[in-house]
Amino acid sequence: MENVDKNLLETISGESEYKGAYNIRKNGKGIERKVTENTNIVTKEDVQGIDIYVKENANYEIVHIPVIITESGIKDVVYNDFHIGKNANVIIIAGCGIHNDHHKDSEHDGIHRFYLEEGARVRYIEKHYGEGNGDGKRILNPVTEVYLKDGASLEMESYQIKGVDSTIRETKGKIGENASFIVTEKLMTHGNQVAKTTFDVELNGDNSKAQVTSRSVATENSSQVFESKIYGNAKCFSHVECDAIIKDNAKVTSIPEITANNIDANLIHEAAIGKIAGDQLIKLMTLGLSEEEAEKQIINGFLK
Amino acid sequence: MLELKNICFTRDNRKILDNINLKLDDDKFISITGPNGSGKSTLAKIIMGIEKPDSGQVIFEGKDITNMKINERAKLGIGFAFQSPVKFKGITVFDIIKLSAGREMTKAEACEVLSSVGLCAREYVDREVDGSLSGGELKRIEIASVVSRNSKFTIFDEPEAGIDLWSFNNLIKVFEKSRNNSKGTILIISHQERILNISDDIILLSGGKVEDFGPKEELFNKVVKESACYKLQGGDN
Repeated sequence: MENVDKNLLETISGESEYKGAYNIRKNGKGIERKVTENTNIVTKEDVQGIDIYVKENANYEIVHIPVIITESGIKDVVYNDFHIGKNANVIIIAGCGIHNDHHKDSEHDGIHRFYLEEGARVRYIEKHYGEGNGDGKRILNPVTEVYLKDGASLEMESYQIKGVDSTIRETKGKIGENASFIVTEKLMTHGNQVAKTTFDVELNGDNSKAQVTSRSVATENSSQVFESKIYGNAKCFSHVECDAIIKDNAKVTSIPEITANNIDANLIHEAAIGKIAGDQLIKLMTLGLSEEEAEKQIINGFLK
Repeated sequence: MLELKNICFTRDNRKILDNINLKLDDDKFISITGPNGSGKSTLAKIIMGIEKPDSGQVIFEGKDITNMKINERAKLGIGFAFQSPVKFKGITVFDIIKLSAGREMTKAEACEVLSSVGLCAREYVDREVDGSLSGGELKRIEIASVVSRNSKFTIFDEPEAGIDLWSFNNLIKVFEKSRNNSKGTILIISHQERILNISDDIILLSGGKVEDFGPKEELFNKVVKESACYKLQGGDN
């Protein structure tokens, strides 16, 4: 593996060596795989991608499925399906790093579908990152679909670190009885980057829950759209919170849609967009930070 | 020593500070008091550089700092505790205490800082400095973090505001300790007799002017009496 590969993998997964099962995909092909007693990974035959099977009651399983693209001009579309057995407890770390030094666009569209059986618990971490000096765009369009059965829970943490020119991030969920879907999204755009996030979640079971927290920073000429549609079809609770900081000429749009189809649905959408508050800058300056240092501290904290 | 020379500040055709002249000695505990709207907070903000005077000079340790930025003044040794603490999403209590101290520190050290204002430190140190904390909690964190800076000149803008009686007793102890231990000057905007009573000097501001400035022994009774009259006349406090 070349250094650029290792750097990309470390940036998106935060680790240099993987514990547990893993499947590394590079430039549209799987290059390394490991399975464990409780986690099997099988290549799909009809489309590009893999099926990941975690046995029921498996505890503290860790699965890494990073994707890296280092060739300019590649468009990689991959379908990864996660089948999580009853009461299994799994951490899944995905992510995509693109290094593009040339003028052709590089694109990765990862479609991740999660099928959680009763009582399964998943923490899913997804990081997106782009680098390289070429004028070819680095494009990432992740799709996440979540199907949660009775009592299952999925916590999704999604980070777009930097360097992604264009992204459309779609997340869909169908949430069953007593199941919960918790999403935290952190996003930063700069230059002429564009980012669109959509959430489309159906709360179908009694006592189901969805919680979406999106924090984003848009700088320079970048633009972001955050669209969230939540349907309360049962006795359920949902809380969507979208906070964005804008700088320079950036634009951010937040489009809330909450639909209660049941008298016991309790749905909340909060959104706040604005520049860094002057009193926050002043406070940190009274502690000796320059205006630039204060701004950096506020943004780093916000996206932490 | 901090000296204010001929400080004037007008906003919306209203003279908020009208030719203020003060010399504040080192290692003193000084209270500023006076009715609402008398210019106390504006004066404090002018010392920190948050507001700029229309005319006049601020001299700190012989240096004219009138045109210095807030952070430059902080580096010279001026500290400021806000009347309404600022909230941050994502920045934790631990982060603020470290930034305030201006150095890396362990969580145990940060917990000591919090304990000094009566906060059960372990419950707070990892929490975000945001709306999930009550006004009183935010206020105590603000005061603890500013005290821990050990600045040469620290300004507290109404530390008692928004604090319950139990916490206030703790707070008095913090200020008594600062008064006894600290080498720096403390300038505290307050209406509280107990704070005025532990001061070395008292400044009485009224209508944007210094009505009186002198040792506590000389001014305490006058200030308390005037404040009582003001309340009787229906003024707010």
